[in-house]
Amino acid sequence: MSTTTPPSNTRAGGTDAPGNPDVSGVDLELVDVLKRYPGQKKPAVDGLSLHIPAGEIVMFVGPSGCGKTTSLKMINRLIEPTSGTISIGGEDVRGRNVDQLRRHVGYVIQGGSLFPHLTVAQNISVVPRLLKWDSRRTSERVDELLELVSLDPAKYRDRYPRELSGGQQQRVGVARGLAADPPVILMDEPFGAVDPITRQRLQDELLSIQEELRKTIVCVTHDIDEAVKLGDRILILQEGAQIAQYDTPEAILAAPANAFVEDFVGAGSTLKQLSLSRVSDVELVHPTTATVGERVAEVRARAEANGDQAVVVLDERRRPVDWMWLRELAAADTVRPVRDDVLTLDRRATLNDALDMMLTSTHGAAIVTGRRDEYLGVVNFTAVTGHIQATEQQLAEGRAADATAGRDDAWEGGGA
Amino acid sequence: MSRTDTTRPVAVPAGDAPRSADTETAPRRSRWAVSGESRILLLVLPVVVALVFGAWAWWRATADLDSIEARQLAWGLILDLIWQHVKLTLVATFFVLLVAIPLGIALTRPRFKRAAPLAVGIANAGQAAPAIGLIVLLAMLLGFTFGTAVLALTLYAVLPVLRNTITGLQGIDPTLVEAGRGIGMSGAGVLFRVELPLAVPVIMTGVRTALVLLVGTATLATFVNAGGLGTLIVTGITLFRYPVLVSGALLVALLALLVDWAGRVLERVARPKGI
Repeated sequence: MSTTTPPSNTRAGGTDAPGNPDVSGVDLELVDVLKRYPGQKKPAVDGLSLHIPAGEIVMFVGPSGCGKTTSLKMINRLIEPTSGTISIGGEDVRGRNVDQLRRHVGYVIQGGSLFPHLTVAQNISVVPRLLKWDSRRTSERVDELLELVSLDPAKYRDRYPRELSGGQQQRVGVARGLAADPPVILMDEPFGAVDPITRQRLQDELLSIQEELRKTIVCVTHDIDEAVKLGDRILILQEGAQIAQYDTPEAILAAPANAFVEDFVGAGSTLKQLSLSRVSDVELVHPTTATVGERVAEVRARAEANGDQAVVVLDERRRPVDWMWLRELAAADTVRPVRDDVLTLDRRATLNDALDMMLTSTHGAAIVTGRRDEYLGVVNFTAVTGHIQATEQQLAEGRAADATAGRDDAWEGGGA
Repeated sequence: MSRTDTTRPVAVPAGDAPRSADTETAPRRSRWAVSGESRILLLVLPVVVALVFGAWAWWRATADLDSIEARQLAWGLILDLIWQHVKLTLVATFFVLLVAIPLGIALTRPRFKRAAPLAVGIANAGQAAPAIGLIVLLAMLLGFTFGTAVLALTLYAVLPVLRNTITGLQGIDPTLVEAGRGIGMSGAGVLFRVELPLAVPVIMTGVRTALVLLVGTATLATFVNAGGLGTLIVTGITLFRYPVLVSGALLVALLALLVDWAGRVLERVARPKGI
């Protein structure tokens, strides 16, 4: 119940954990994959070869009609390739019965595409039932998955899709894709149909799920920011699924391979850099906090001592429940939250997300939470701009060093 | 995490993010929550039918009838005719479903999709042809029997069910079908567990239309010796006994209303929860 307990380690939440031994995904390999639709001169996918390492998220991006969705659907044979081979964990996808294959490859679609006449639990258990799991194992799995996607099983298990919000439907869609614990998950514009704040939350959740599960995830998106945020690697495709660049987000933003990539990534590349930095990378500030039920007089004294106009109200499990101005506190003897939903940022959220939320917040800052929604601190504009400046400086130094080492190298691929 | 390049100025993203609606949940709705109009139909219709039938029964018991009328309107005969009529309707409906639903399914599969307009055209012709002509012509070919009447009625009522089966299946969001296939359901699995359940409301509307059509058309079965309430009407006309004629017409109308009501109840019960 003290004021500003600093979180033990705000920088621990990075997403880069290469070489994790708990990888449950498998490698994916595409060799010379070609798809030609009858009656079309040019192939939709023209000789795509690609290696996707186990346990990574690879984002397929590109302009519409570039063949990214076709490429994705060829992996689970929703579209049959004209030629070439695709193997999952070293096994050719054409070697197996197509329905059997798909039961072991997760598939998540925009908006969730839930079956409206089935309950949430029935939707999730479609694949386990096809795999003939017994009903106890299936229902345990359903509850486990609902927990994983942050939906209370008791509350949502028996609901129908139309009784859920868009974000909740999408969560159930993700749970359905994960149901039979497939090593590979394909996602087709998974978060395209929800509002920006929900989308950001879903992205954060996906990252946290992935931190735990380490699946191989292939995700199609048209949103380069989403690609930068979620991807361990990004595959940028041109017409005919020609690879324009296939690399880490950092490398693509720093050195676009050609003019196409540069155009696609867009002019606001500094802005994109904001999608690379996580909230956990910046220094959080720690305004006065209060616990629900605490005496207002004490809280007020503490806030005034710290020079704060507002206090972050936490519940007994240290989850933020409200962010109250001192004048709002005055109404009662003990601290009681007045709003019922306070917007918070996950520590995995990008600085881009953080700026978004700060702009809509009356406090000009955003509350950051960690595991199990535990309060970590507050991120404000000063922290973000400070971080950007530090990065810029680092880059400038790096560039100066490069320039002295080998003049042209630093600008290679700049595609002037 | 270190960044590696950029010299462009920092801009701030437009703050067009609406407040999250993620915690909101659409209201729960029971399947019995119906609009005012259909509630009136569901509740009031059977009452009206019962009242009118009661009034007719009272008239039948108290009216001053001559011997022919009394014979034609004997309770035993009336109940027989009603039962024949119901039997004709139900048996024909059974065959209509047996033909129209599988045909409708087949005509929405990729392989036979192109035949759909042709099949609907033929069914249209079946309905457009005068029912009396159809029944009598078939009777001349196949004999004056119950079976002939059922065949003619079936041909006559296939169209609404066929058309609604096709419409219902075509109206299903193709991404749901792809989702089903994409997670590993077989083609038949998607048909029986996704497509048909979702098409049930539309198909059932077709079934109700067919039922009402059949009740009305079954009055013509009397011309091929297959009985039904049409018998009363025909007798009433040929013998100039208006009480008999009106009673027949009234009973057919009441039966049609009752069947329509049963169809509505069935529609509501068969509709899968959640849609």
